[in-house]
Amino acid sequence: MCIQDLLNINPYSLKSEAKYNLLNKELLSLTKYHYENSPLYKNMLDALEIDIKDLRNYTDIPFLPVRLFKELDLVSVSPENIVKTMTSSGTTGQKVSRIYLDKETSSNQTKVLTSIVSNYLGMKRVPMLIIDSSDILKNRTMFSARGAGILGFSMFGSIREYLCDSEMKINLGTLENFLIKHKDQKIFIFGFTFMIWQHFYNELKNVEYRPDLSNAILIHGGGWKKIQSESVDSEQFKKSLNEVCGIKPENIHDYYGMVEQTGSIYMECENGYLHTSIYSDIIIRRSIDFSIADLGEEGLIEVVSILPKSYPGHVLLTEDQGIVFGEDNCKCGRLGKYFKITGRIKNAEIRGCSDSYAAKF
Amino acid sequence: MQKLEDAVIHMQQSFSNIFFLFSNHNKLVNVQNISSEEIFSDNSISLLNQLSIELYKSPKIRKYPDVATFAFFCRKANILNVKRKYNQGGFRLGRGIVFHIAPSNVPVNFAYSMVAGLLSGNNNIVRVPSKNFEQVSIIIEALKNVAISNNSFDLENRLFLVKYEKSSDATEYFSSICDIRVIWGGDQTIDLVRINKIQPRSIDITFSDRYSFAIINAEKIVYEKKIDKVANNFFNDTYLFDQNACSAPRIVIWIGSEDVIKKAKNIFWNSVQNRIKNYDFSPILAIDKLVSLLEQSTMNHQLTKVKSINNKLWRINTPILFKELENYTCAGGYFLEYNANSIDEIASFVTRKFQTMAYFGFEKNDLMKALKKMKLLGIDRVVPFGKTTDFDLIWDGYDLIYILSRECVVV
Repeated sequence: MCIQDLLNINPYSLKSEAKYNLLNKELLSLTKYHYENSPLYKNMLDALEIDIKDLRNYTDIPFLPVRLFKELDLVSVSPENIVKTMTSSGTTGQKVSRIYLDKETSSNQTKVLTSIVSNYLGMKRVPMLIIDSSDILKNRTMFSARGAGILGFSMFGSIREYLCDSEMKINLGTLENFLIKHKDQKIFIFGFTFMIWQHFYNELKNVEYRPDLSNAILIHGGGWKKIQSESVDSEQFKKSLNEVCGIKPENIHDYYGMVEQTGSIYMECENGYLHTSIYSDIIIRRSIDFSIADLGEEGLIEVVSILPKSYPGHVLLTEDQGIVFGEDNCKCGRLGKYFKITGRIKNAEIRGCSDSYAAKF
Repeated sequence: MQKLEDAVIHMQQSFSNIFFLFSNHNKLVNVQNISSEEIFSDNSISLLNQLSIELYKSPKIRKYPDVATFAFFCRKANILNVKRKYNQGGFRLGRGIVFHIAPSNVPVNFAYSMVAGLLSGNNNIVRVPSKNFEQVSIIIEALKNVAISNNSFDLENRLFLVKYEKSSDATEYFSSICDIRVIWGGDQTIDLVRINKIQPRSIDITFSDRYSFAIINAEKIVYEKKIDKVANNFFNDTYLFDQNACSAPRIVIWIGSEDVIKKAKNIFWNSVQNRIKNYDFSPILAIDKLVSLLEQSTMNHQLTKVKSINNKLWRINTPILFKELENYTCAGGYFLEYNANSIDEIASFVTRKFQTMAYFGFEKNDLMKALKKMKLLGIDRVVPFGKTTDFDLIWDGYDLIYILSRECVVV
């Protein structure tokens, strides 16, 4: 089965053994492909003394730290075939990841995202509210993670309304009109976790207006780092939103994804667990020796995806930590591993006289 | 006179954001009028001896070997021993005011810098680490006690320990009044501090980013009876400061025949692996090492990783030595290894960037002979295993006593 065939089936429908065999075949062949087409990737595997002919299991494929995409231009296609360059969002002065996409990889990302998200939203497009400003899309040649996220999810909207102005102030009039126009319809809301909290929840909290979003499904991502400083966790996030707009907690879905593996995202189910799909897997590794952690044990998150073909990003080690709780037996009924993110690893307080150490990275 | 008044006004403006850990701003206003002393003055030697005694009284000293080592260094017997080298009949005085900028992540370094400033006869303004290290508190507390009991040497007029935020203009002010500025902490800090002007006659002593390596006589490892002691010394040279001290070896050069080196490596690294069982390993180091290796591997130097038991210790083989080898290293237990036939091969990578060569299994005189022949631009210290972090008044090739003082020639 290749990606085209998989698109015809439910993205959570393969049992562990079938999925393992599928991923194994795809990922080992991707490894070979990247080894032959990306000289830098070849250098890396050679340095690790990996003979790709000896690789039998995808859990043995070397993982590249996501940080490497900030340091190096990693590509497996010739420059004339690159149709899109995606960058991670970073504050000014920070290095950003650069991901190079050809037509095939870019198109597969879109198709897989559609397949995964449809499992939560349904097959039909619905009216969509975007909790962001349309300004973010103005520069179309460089796709930031935020812009790419909005654009990627926009295809699920039959019509789209941006709720924020360029100062990220929410326009309540726009929201009210939208809800009158689409009364009793299912509505899709999309935004980044922090923006929703800061610009949607915090705004609504301070006004009398209570929109009725009991028919809405909210999908959000981008991480909890910023709002955790206000000690807001997933449960409180859902409860608070429910209080100001009536949205059902089970219809609020976080997703875990990164610009280095766009498309094969991990969606949060009704029970609060993130799920791997048939296109991806999660491996929790112990930082002390990179061995695979047990179920329920916290460790570094390795993400694998069968989509990255124009760049060697199919097996990556993140700086996030998480716990896998089980496989194929989540109460929501979806097959695959289900897990939670527990945080990000800390920068070391390293001893020694070279102050510039931290600045190197 | 006009100039001085300007400076005072300027200084008073910035005082609000300077925190004094020793002495106070009223004394600081007057520091430019305090004369300097001869090098190794009796006052300074007796002061340091009292400081040493005071530190040994503190029950906390057991917890901090770095403070204990410092206290040991300050003993009168040690200082007199060091002094002997400078007894050449000349007449040397401190240059005046030394402004020390200590590194933020080595607790006791500020104290050694201060000692160099005092022994060379200067008045000292020391910016101590911004982090609250207990070692710093212990030393300052002892200093305060000594200052109270010691009347002959008015320490509060001669020594100022300060802390301030990056945003403060204190660095600008201290730079403008000092005769010597001593900048620890590496290239970035040096660049930042140098934005601030010093007076025409003033000079900077800078401790830039430096790297160090180890050289091992393989045969001596194979026949070593106390290999655990060797490993422990190596641990103190490296892991003790997360291999991030400039004196910590990041490269290991093995000398010997291939098969002897192979045997020696097994013995040595097994013992090191054993020693680091309790090394407190932060997860980010695993990723740092992987990023370093993979990024370095793309530069086509045929580096290969040796299979490792765990991520506390990574060994990387390089089949060749080349310039800028220091860029192919990482901290936290990451060693670049090379098998050499003779010590002469180090000439192919040692540049100005290299500070310490730590050795095992060689005779001091043989190494000296080899280095004299090679005339390299780098290597300022050659020390046996276990001694790389020992402070010396000669550091990074500078004789701190000489450079912080001036000779008055009387013909």
